Parts: sequence; C-alpha cells; structure tokens
Amino acid sequence: MASDPALQRLIDQVQAARADRQLLDIHGGCTKAFYGGPRQGQPLDVRPLAGISSYEPTELVVTARGGTPLAELEAVLAERGQCLPFEPPRFSGAGLAAEVAAALTKGAMAGTGASPEPGADLSGETVGGMVAAGLAGPARATMGGVRDHVLGVKLLSGRAELLNFGGTVMKNVAGYDVSRALAGSLGVLGVICEVSLKVLPVASATITLRQPASQAEAIQRLNKWGGQPLPIHATAWWEGMLVLRLSGAHAAVDSARQQLGGEVIESELAARFWQGLRDHQDEFFNSAAKAVESGASLWRLSVPATTPAIPLSGEQLLEWGGAQRWICTSAPAATLREAAAAVGGHAVLFRSKDKSAGAFAPLSPALAKIQRELMLAFDPEGVFNPGRLWPQG
Amino acid sequence: MNAPTAAAAAAALTATERNARQTEVVVALAPLVPAHALLWQREDTVPYECDGLTAYRQLPLVVVLPETEAQVAAVLKACHRMSVPVVARGAGTGLSGGALPHALGVTLSLAKFNQIVQIDRLARTATVQCGVRNLAISEAAAPYGLYYAPDPSSQIACTIGGNVAENSGGVHCLKYGLTLHNVLRVRGFTVEGEAVEFGSEALDTPGLDLMPLIVGSEGMLAVTLEVTVKLVPKPKLARCIMASFDDIRKAGDAVAAVIAAGIIPAGLEMMDKPMTAAVEDFVHAGYDLSAEAILLCESDGTPEEVAEEIDRMLDVLSGCGATRMEVSKDEAQRLKFWSGRKNAFPASGRISPDYMCMDSTIPRKRLADILLAIAEMEKKYDLKCCNVFHAGDGNLHPLILFDANDADQLRRCELFGADILETSVAMGGTVTGEHGVGVEKLSSMCVQFSAEEREQMFAIKRAFDPQGGLNPGKVIPTLQRCAEYGRMHVKNGLLPFPELERF
Repeated sequence: MASDPALQRLIDQVQAARADRQLLDIHGGCTKAFYGGPRQGQPLDVRPLAGISSYEPTELVVTARGGTPLAELEAVLAERGQCLPFEPPRFSGAGLAAEVAAALTKGAMAGTGASPEPGADLSGETVGGMVAAGLAGPARATMGGVRDHVLGVKLLSGRAELLNFGGTVMKNVAGYDVSRALAGSLGVLGVICEVSLKVLPVASATITLRQPASQAEAIQRLNKWGGQPLPIHATAWWEGMLVLRLSGAHAAVDSARQQLGGEVIESELAARFWQGLRDHQDEFFNSAAKAVESGASLWRLSVPATTPAIPLSGEQLLEWGGAQRWICTSAPAATLREAAAAVGGHAVLFRSKDKSAGAFAPLSPALAKIQRELMLAFDPEGVFNPGRLWPQG
Repeated sequence: MNAPTAAAAAAALTATERNARQTEVVVALAPLVPAHALLWQREDTVPYECDGLTAYRQLPLVVVLPETEAQVAAVLKACHRMSVPVVARGAGTGLSGGALPHALGVTLSLAKFNQIVQIDRLARTATVQCGVRNLAISEAAAPYGLYYAPDPSSQIACTIGGNVAENSGGVHCLKYGLTLHNVLRVRGFTVEGEAVEFGSEALDTPGLDLMPLIVGSEGMLAVTLEVTVKLVPKPKLARCIMASFDDIRKAGDAVAAVIAAGIIPAGLEMMDKPMTAAVEDFVHAGYDLSAEAILLCESDGTPEEVAEEIDRMLDVLSGCGATRMEVSKDEAQRLKFWSGRKNAFPASGRISPDYMCMDSTIPRKRLADILLAIAEMEKKYDLKCCNVFHAGDGNLHPLILFDANDADQLRRCELFGADILETSVAMGGTVTGEHGVGVEKLSSMCVQFSAEEREQMFAIKRAFDPQGGLNPGKVIPTLQRCAEYGRMHVKNGLLPFPELERF
C-alpha cells in the first residue's frame, strides 16, 4: 500500500483499468489538451497527488508530486531566487497570475508535503503535465529543455507498479536514464507521480535589446553570436525585428550590450514581452489563435539553427537562435513536413482544428519499431493515453 | 544473464566445444572483413581481455576490427543470425568493466572509426566518428574559439563513442552538463545491423526522446558509429581559487554556500588531506599540506564576469572559514592548481600498489557526512582511502588503497567499496555518477533498485534488443544475483543499512 492515499487511488484506478481493459486518459490541468493526438479513455486525474515533497535550494533540486500546480512550484522557487531554467509555457495564463500565486502560497506549501486544502484552486498546469508535454520556452536553446533538468521520477507503470528512476543528484548513471526519457512522452509510458528537477538561480542581471533585421540577417547574426562567449539567454525574431535577452553577471551583460548594439527595451515591457512569448499570449500567438479559428494551422518547426529562411506562406516567428520556427499557415501538412525534413528537422502540427495529418511527423521504420516496443515495455496493455503520441492502429 | 553466470556458462563448455564455436564464428565473419581485422588467436585477443577496470578479465571468443560501416552492419547481422553476443569497444578506458568481453562473444572494436567528419563553425557542432578521442574534438574546434565541454579525466585517450555509452562527466558538469546535454545526434546500428539515428541537429525530435536511454546505455541498446556534438564558445578567461579549510565540515558547508549564493562555478572540486599529500608529492603545485580539505573553485567567462564572480566566491569562502585562499594569477598558475586534481589517480598509484576508485554521488549537503563515514570505514576495514570529489555535483571518487597480491586486502577493499556505495544510496545518492555500472557495480544495483525497477530495465533492453545480443550481462543484475547478494549480506552482517531513503 502506498502511504499517500492520493497515490493509492491512482494505483487502484490503474489496476482496475487493466482488469477491465479500460483505456485511461492521464491528465492534470488539461491546459495542453490541444497538444498531440485526441484524448480518449477514462480520465485519470493526477491533481489530487499534489505538493512539493522537498526543496533544497543549496542542492539546486526540487521534488514535487505530479499534480502540483506549476504556479505553486514557480512561486516557491522564486522566493529563493531560483527558477525552472527551461521556462515551461503556461497556456492557462498562470504566468500572469504568478505574482498573485506567489503571495498566496508564500511559505505555506514548501516542505510540508501537504496536499492542497479542499476547495483550493486546482486550475492551471501541473508539474507532471509540464514534464509529460516536454515543452520549453524562450530560454530553451541556451539553458536546455525539460529533459535536461529532470533528475529523477516516480512512475506508475502500466503494470500498476510504482517505479523510481534517477534521483536527486546531478550525476547519476546507474541503469537506463528512464526519468529523462519521460519528458515529452505525453503519458504513454506511465503516470508521472513525482519528479525531481534541477533548478538554477535567477541571473543577477537581465536586459532586452531590439534591433531591426530581416529574417536572413537575424539567422546569420544569431548563429555568429552563438559561437562567441556572450550571455545571450533568449532570442526572438518577428516582422523585421530581432529581440535579444541577455542574462548573467552585471559586468557580462553590460559589455555584451555595448558589443551587440540595438535599442534597450524598458524592463517591465521586456518582461511582459518574454512572458507573452513563453505563454503564447503575445501578439503573434493571439493572432495565430484567431487564424486557427478560421481554419489555418499553427505549426512548430524544429530545425537546425543555421537553416536559412524557410519560404512558406504565412506569418513566421523565430525563437531559440533560429532552431524553433512558428508558422501560422493554411499550407497543406505535407508541405510543412517536407520543408522541415529537407533541412533535417521536423514539423509539429501544434494547433489546428484538423489534426488528420497527425500532430507529429512519422518516424523511420527502425525508430518506429523501437518506440512501439518501448511503449509496450512500460504499458503492455496500452492503457495509457492511446493515440496521444501516435495515431492508433 | 550476468557476467559471473556467463563466465560459468563458458567454463561449463569444454575446450573442444569452445573451439568449435570459435571456428563457426570465424568462418562466418571471415568473408565480411579483411583478414587482418579478425583476431581469435590467444596472443592477439589478450589485449582486449579487460578495459580500465583491470581486476576483471575475460578472453573474448573473437575480436573484429571493422573498417567500414558496411562491415559493421554485416558483422552485426551475422552475429545476430548466430546468436553470438557482441560487445562494442572504444578506447577501453572505462572504469567499470563495461567493455569486459563475453566469453562466447565477439568484441567489436571500433578503433578504426577515428575520423572527424565535420566541424561546422556557424552551427557550432562537430560530427565525428565514434573512435575520435574526446580531446581531439576540442583541439579540432580550437581554431574557431570553440570546444567540446565534457572533460572526463581520461579525455586524452577516451573516445566519444565510449563517452556516449557511459554518459561521461568531468570537472565542468555543474555548469556545462554531462555527455547527454552536449550530444545532438547519434547514428549507428541496431543489434540486427539495421541503420538507426537518434536525435538530430535540431533541438528535439518527434515522439519519445530516446537519447537519454541511448546515452549511458553502456553499449546495450545500439552500436554507435557517428556522433554530432555541440560545441560551445571557449570562455575568454578562467581563474581558479584554491581555498584551504581546517575542518572537513566547513569545506562541505562552503560548497553548499557557494551554490546558495546563486553562483554556478565552472568547476568546484575538493581534495582531502591524504589526497593532497599524495598529489603534492607528485606534482609540487604548492598545495597547503596542513589543510584538512582543499577546494578548487573556478570561474570562467568574460574578464568582467570572472572578476565579479571571483570576488563573490572569495566572500563566501572566507565567510565559511577558509584558512587560506589564493587566486590564480595567470593561466600557468591555474593549470598548476588543477594539476594535482587531474593527477589524483596516478598520484595514488605511486603511494600504493593498487587502488580502487569509487564513483558514487550524494546530495552536496552530505559531503562532510560521507567523508566522516569513510574515515570510520578506514578503521573498520583497516585500509587507507584518499578522497577527491567533484564537489559541485556531489560526485565522490574515494580511492581505496590496497595490495591486490594480498587476497585479504582485496576482499576488505571490495567490502569497503560496497559499503561506500550503499552508504551513498542511503544518503539519497546513487552508486555511480559517471563511470557506469558495467560489471563492477552490478551487485550495488540490487541495493539501489527494486526487483520491479530492474525488470523494467530489462524490458527496455528487450525493446531495443529482444534476444539480448548487445553486451549481455552488464548494468542490470538478475534476480538470482540480487538474491545471492542479499544472502551474503545477512551472512556477513558487515554492511548494515537502514531503510533506504528512496524519494
């Protein structure tokens, strides 16, 4: 028996589903329900399994249960001047409410392992959902993604077994690194019951610069600068404007500002800009949302950063030093998939009313076989989130 | 099947049977590779009988040194067809017996794949064959002001293919990450000899992210032929603080205090007094021999950045009671500070006939606790131990000194090592931080993982390699092995450990 009743209920539900040959739809705040393939099966709500289990600022490690609200986790880290370096998106708008959340949870949840009070606000994204989706924000290219910050996990497998992999230390090569492979797994390997994450201090200085550039110029500059020891932390290009966030020691940021040039954006405005970009609430993503309503699709192209401007119709926004390109277009799926594959990348159908083309690009036969076998290795009956990662059958 | 079992199986075979099997394999492989690339005579295969962990030796049935990818694929296909185990091997510098041959297997040496395919300056990537040495990548990238960050101590000799197999670390991991964080793409073959590619030159790939499974899989999931790694800009400047402490606990607390101050040093290393004495005698770097512990704290970046960070670190260290602090004045002095730390292993070799290097990781805050526990173990097992730590990562390298010619010393040394590993697990750590499990830490895996967790690892193995042809017997201990290990514990009563903390 698991000592935590919320955990025991999850185990019971998985056992029952196995016995009844039921499918399960693992979910947290459902803020990324649009992402990946369609949801199906009985809901398995992880949110009752919530709370920060331990937080050691000097170890740079936090351990939280899968259902812990991301806003709570970020607020607790912020109190100690630390953060999730990969900047996971908060599609629920929790980013805007982060300060409010920080005030509400101040000191109340950390270290107690307490579950939220009955009636507590359970909306918004969860830590488990953040790991399962594996999405990262503007700082991804320089700081690494979700996977790079996962240290350990407690996983509930399709056999209803509770398994621990990894741990709470930075270096760990004991056995296969299962915990990191869960980032972006969309629940198909099991329920993320608890996760340990590497966290980092917030940089002491941050500044945002803006300079005009064509897309081709922006790609060229970003790659050239990438090869120099500069504190570039995040980048974005849209409509002829290149925006750079520098982050690090005061001295480094100051000297880089002079070297790179451009107009300094006032810090409050800059913070709003990056938050909007991270949470998909800025102008580009707002207008993309409207376009999706009227039949267009929002694509995420993940490509080598040096890839020249991709000539496709529709608005494009570049992030990650050129390695992530958002395209809002009505072009057929095959056009996007081929364009990305031609340069060694892949195209994700991120938001669309029509996902018949599949959310993710198909794999080579060798990889498809391994992935299929791996899913069965964790979940022999195929109980968890069927169809979320790959179309069924 | 684990190594001892495999060895037992081989022992059970008569010499005639082994010879018959060997002939069968040689006949099958001979048409696939040039004659000089196929070795089976004892005098030719002896050099392959162990890797950097020389305490474990096993003569391979056959050694093959393919020269082209087509040959690798053909060898894998033939071995798969005949159910012959395949053990891939790079430079053989591994410290856990990961490349220990299989008695009835083929050792697949990839030494000939030693070409740098491309350094892409703009993209900041290097594409290299698996047999390229770690340091050779940084040397090739140096003209562009770039380098490959992970720097295991063996970087002069170890190859990138081996680094991928072990998820190798080094002294700069806290800031720059492990091999996993610096590899973009791995291309190679499945056990069936089918071409496969993990990762890409983009930052992510569709579907499950298999890279964390491949990197660190110790050659059990696929055979790596080519790797694309990230290169990072070489910092304009690096400076190092050498700080002395008169108390181990104060030094351990200082490590935590540096991190708590929001600093991520480029390197943060610790040596205890016996280690300092051993290395000073070897490199004459001017270490403080009266210190109970020495910390090396490195800052890198722009000159302004380094100046700022060094000042902050000096403040923290003096606040934690450092008795002496010295900042490197130039590159020569910085390298001198590091010379002792980088030579900890050979220095130990000079003061003792043999040493056994452990590799567990613990939460940083337990550094002093584990050091004090190790001091107790020195008395218990009547053996000396020198300690060097990647303190920033909590990764320990205790070097247990012993004489392998004395059977009882070897026995006590093994118990000592197992005790350190189990104490590390009990403190919330892991049995191996960067050297891998190989064969050396198979038993310790029984302590860290439950039967269900180990079975899940076998299931992962089967997803890539259903018949278990790639490096069988490594990393994951069988149920029987763990049961035997459990019985040994009870019988000897030497290694008590409380209910393990397992988050």
